[in-house]
Amino acid sequence: MTGHTILRVVSKLLLPYVLLFALYVQFHGDYGPGGGFQAGVIFAAGFVLYGLIYGLAAVRRVAKPRAIEILIAAGVLLYAGTGIATMLMGGNFLDYGAFTPAHPEKGQHYGILVIELGVGMTVAAVMIAVYSTFAGRGRA
Amino acid sequence: MESQLPPLQIVIPLVAAPICVLLRNRVVTLGFAIAVCWATFGVSVALLDRVLASGAIVYEMGGWAAPWGIEYRIDALNAFVLLFVSGIGAIVLTFAPRSMGDEIPASRQYLFCAVYLLCLTGLLGIAITGDLFNVFVFLEVSALSSYALIAMGGRRKALPAAFQYLVMGTIGATFILIGIGLMYMMTGTLNMEDMAARLPIDGGVRTTLVAVAFLTVGIALKMALFPLHGWLPNAYAYAPSVVTAFLAATATKVSVYILLRFMFSVFGIEFAFEDLALGRALLPLALLGIFVASIVAIFQTNIKRMLAYSSVAQIGYMVLGISFATATGLTAGIVHLFNHALIKGGLFMAMGCVMLRLRSVDIEDMAGLGRTMPWTMAAWVVGGLGLIGVPATAGFISKWYFIQAALEQGWIIVAVLVLMSSLLAVAYVWRVVETAYFREPSERAREASEAPLSMLIPTWALIGATVFFGLFTTRSAGVARQAAEALLGGLP
Repeated sequence: MTGHTILRVVSKLLLPYVLLFALYVQFHGDYGPGGGFQAGVIFAAGFVLYGLIYGLAAVRRVAKPRAIEILIAAGVLLYAGTGIATMLMGGNFLDYGAFTPAHPEKGQHYGILVIELGVGMTVAAVMIAVYSTFAGRGRA
Repeated sequence: MESQLPPLQIVIPLVAAPICVLLRNRVVTLGFAIAVCWATFGVSVALLDRVLASGAIVYEMGGWAAPWGIEYRIDALNAFVLLFVSGIGAIVLTFAPRSMGDEIPASRQYLFCAVYLLCLTGLLGIAITGDLFNVFVFLEVSALSSYALIAMGGRRKALPAAFQYLVMGTIGATFILIGIGLMYMMTGTLNMEDMAARLPIDGGVRTTLVAVAFLTVGIALKMALFPLHGWLPNAYAYAPSVVTAFLAATATKVSVYILLRFMFSVFGIEFAFEDLALGRALLPLALLGIFVASIVAIFQTNIKRMLAYSSVAQIGYMVLGISFATATGLTAGIVHLFNHALIKGGLFMAMGCVMLRLRSVDIEDMAGLGRTMPWTMAAWVVGGLGLIGVPATAGFISKWYFIQAALEQGWIIVAVLVLMSSLLAVAYVWRVVETAYFREPSERAREASEAPLSMLIPTWALIGATVFFGLFTTRSAGVARQAAEALLGGLP
């Protein structure tokens, strides 16, 4: 889409706000509406927009396929790892209260933030991977 | 750490899957995944021991008490299911390195390990959880990963087979979700035990009826009960040998477990089998499935496909046992879950050995194979005897309980039909034996050599187990009887 100057300029202007909004949704998921799943999708939508305007090759330069694969795995590991950490600290699986036994509600707060980050990472990476797989069909 | 066994059962394979993606190296990943599978099996052995010694185990996820939180509840039935699913998972993956070397590109084998572990996680999760929505989530985890596993079969036909399974599996899962949704609407709870206490609700009968209908059809699709078995033969025939052995031995069995759990623990035997007479609906389907699928199996030339049709028939037996809704009938159904998992797993692994050497499982190519691959074909013979139900094999124990259950009810015709259906199994097992031992070797068979030990040992481990559990039944039929009695008494 080399000719579409308006699209190129507008999408470039929008991109940082899309990603920033994704991070807002991510880190307000504990008390407000939002959370890792929604944030991941919004974050990935930024990459999809970039890919639609500037082409798949440009996305793959930023989000290398292997890096995306590692992010998919790392998100799940972060989530499950949090659960294992709570087990090691004497609680049940994903009982975040075990992080701060004196103030379990604080532990619950931190725990939710961490696992939502894991969700966000995996969802965003999976969405980007799905997009680039379908867009790259027959080319890879 | 001992009280943390229930989550470990799920968390170990779940965490190992992304680690496989990070490791990437083919050899390291395979070794790691095999070790993880055996560790998972170890956990399930410990769980079964604890359940048999001291009754049901309850675990609160995240420390949230039921019915608000998700609860893992393990009694004799699901401990038994966990045991054989994780055991088969470990043995089949030990068999995998050589077998899939030819069938799955080396660059994708680390992904195979990750997806295999996820599938195992899903199947174990379905069995372990005491929460209805959690059942659906794990159902999707196992189903999505099994579509991917089937599609990894190198041949083009694997893709439409996987897609057909995806469509049918998604319809089944959606029906199950609708059923769960309706029940949630009626009771406001998702915890199985809590729901069982609140059902049935007067005045809300119609919603409950619709929920039962959706659940029964959805689960029947998932377990490939005749006539909803359309997706199964192609999926099993064109998947890589390892995947077929794993899924045939575990996936449909776990669906049978869901049926048992929903009908007996959640709806209760009075409602499902006396008010609704579900048994009368399941019995003819089961018998039809046994006969139609066995007859179709006789005419297959692709032996993996033949075994797939035989699996549909065997699901018929399990449902037959359930439809009696008596302690003996349920024992028969549950012990056949286990015995058939061993037998079919072993037979499909023998076919994996054949596939490795012949690059085909067509009956014509297997002519005379008994001479060049004696151990593989001997495994086929012993496994086949188990499928028929010859004494001193695990299959005999199942058939014995089926016939006993039918006679207890005074249904002599059903007992005769079960015996007659064994003759059909003789027909399709014998076709392969005759071709392999009494015909001049085909060109491919003459060039074949015996399968490597790394594949023969796991195959014979399962085949040996079918003989072992045909002779010593305390750990199979004994546990199944305990599970059946617990089911009939409601949740333990």
